[in-house]
Amino acid sequence: MALLEVRNLEVRFPLRGGELTALRDLSFSLNQGERLGIVGESGAGKSVAAFAILNLVSRPGYISAGSVLFEGRDLASLAPEQLRSIRGNRIAMIFQDPMMTLNPVLTIGTQMVECLQAHREISDKEAREIAVSKLRSVSIPAPAARMDQYPHELSGGMRQRVVIAIALLTEPSVIIADEPTTALDVTIQAEIMELLLELCENNNVALLLITHDLGVVSQVTQRTIVMYAGRIVEEGATRSIIDNPWHPYTHGLIDALPERTHRGQRLNQIPGMMPSLSAIPEGCAFHPRCEHMTELCQTQIPGYTLRDERRVACHWVEKQGESR
Amino acid sequence: MIAFLVRRIGQALVVMFIISLLSFSIQDNLGDPLRELVGQSVSEAERQKMRDSMGLNDPFITQYWRFLKKAVQGDLGNSYFFKRPALEVILEKLPATLELVIGATLIILILSVPIGVYCAINPRSWFTKVMMGISIVGISIPVFLTAIMLIYVFSIWLGWLPSFGRGETVTVAGWETGFLTTDGLLHLILPSIALSSIMLPLFIRLIRSEMMEVLEQDYIRFAWAKGLHRKRIWFIHALKNTLLPVITVGGVQIGTMIAYTILTETVFQWPGMGFLFLEAVNRVDTPLIIAYLIIVGLIFVITNTVVDLIYGLVNPTVKLARGHT
Repeated sequence: MALLEVRNLEVRFPLRGGELTALRDLSFSLNQGERLGIVGESGAGKSVAAFAILNLVSRPGYISAGSVLFEGRDLASLAPEQLRSIRGNRIAMIFQDPMMTLNPVLTIGTQMVECLQAHREISDKEAREIAVSKLRSVSIPAPAARMDQYPHELSGGMRQRVVIAIALLTEPSVIIADEPTTALDVTIQAEIMELLLELCENNNVALLLITHDLGVVSQVTQRTIVMYAGRIVEEGATRSIIDNPWHPYTHGLIDALPERTHRGQRLNQIPGMMPSLSAIPEGCAFHPRCEHMTELCQTQIPGYTLRDERRVACHWVEKQGESR
Repeated sequence: MIAFLVRRIGQALVVMFIISLLSFSIQDNLGDPLRELVGQSVSEAERQKMRDSMGLNDPFITQYWRFLKKAVQGDLGNSYFFKRPALEVILEKLPATLELVIGATLIILILSVPIGVYCAINPRSWFTKVMMGISIVGISIPVFLTAIMLIYVFSIWLGWLPSFGRGETVTVAGWETGFLTTDGLLHLILPSIALSSIMLPLFIRLIRSEMMEVLEQDYIRFAWAKGLHRKRIWFIHALKNTLLPVITVGGVQIGTMIAYTILTETVFQWPGMGFLFLEAVNRVDTPLIIAYLIIVGLIFVITNTVVDLIYGLVNPTVKLARGHT
């Protein structure tokens, strides 16, 4: 059985004049030690999905349907105290911007020790020792001295290492990383990603990596989910998706990678923009930007076509499969 | 730290110089001090002579220079009415005013933090809505009206609390205090509440809005994701960040409260500096008025410096020693 199983998860934001559905019908599973990527443009609902798993959707948003099964318990309906014992303990999270993630008025040591003590009966001294060893494992120089420093005394890359060390403190079985390198310098991005990959492999931690960077996904993950306008449009093994995308949107994303363009040529792009959640088109949300659009696409939301351990939500792909 | 203090003292001197100039320039514009000083029976010629001997006919700059030379030696002139050094008269009344301000500050500190935090955490509860409503009313009602209503309800109607004066006081090391007697404390209650009636709601709203903003920050969300107990998130992670701006604003407001003491002390016949000041204005006792303004200015400067020091201690991103502002 999968370690984490998300079933038909739906997140809504009540607003003046109606509700927005930020996430619809999200289903996927994550196995022990597996690395799964979620890709999509900004506004596709990736981050909402990440936070919804920990039942941390920011107010006024709420989980309106579905379940998140983790070790036999549904996080979407768990009592606050039980939920707390899972957050940061069994499932840890890494945020996008390390400059904003750490509390500016507390020392690194305090922010690490408190996390351990929130989940274990442990003395300050023991907790500090574990914290220092985790700082060392993320290659922070002079880890013991860092414990008494404040976040502003560290660079962005160092802070993200601290955040990763915090995520590793309680030896969780799942780490959710929400664009962990987006806010960093390009030179440091690769370093941090490599570190994260290595730590997950060595500790057999499952990683849910949320990113808009297909390059990163192809290097780090084994399976990939592509999201568009709050919904999964394609899911499958990372290699096969990158090599042979089915969904026209995934196709467009891959074509838009600079590596796919010859020198001097204009970069490829998908025409149009991702619709805002308040104005999602009828039928397939992607149809206004799709070159294979038919009448059916404008009226009917495509169901999932399952084939070769992949699934895709596209009328065009479905039809092709029939004719094949 | 030393560099910070030296710089602050330098700034304080400039501020004090400006305050002294401004307060001294009131000098001639309040009325004729001679009228209050000598009464009707003295002839105009004699009055002129007295003016000359007191130096009141000298040019402004000469007068100010004379005042300044004495002032730096701690002599702010003699009160016309009390015929004693103005500074001495003011300082006698300082304990009463400070105790009133301390009483009001305690009320503000003890109530505003828990209420403000509660209202930030539970923005939709009925208590929050009631508090927000009351606080608007509290800010809008002038202090003297609040004071009169308090006297009406608690002194006249219910008869629970005394309505005027400081009550019984004892002198400890030259400081006349009402804190050590039951009677003194009872007398302090109504004036303190009246004095805090504007600042308390202001602080509640300030703490609430700051805290609500802090609660939206990424590091608070991260604290939730770390699985911390909610009390720790609210009272350690959020509150500490909330209090930083509150300390800055709060320090200035506590200084402002000294200004409000004039009203409160008048309504409650509280024998403090504010009450004395109003009397001095009525008597055109210019040296006393100037001395009051300078003392209050000094208290302002001191509280602000202390607040800056505390801020530097609480906020790790501020390094006092490096001395950049």
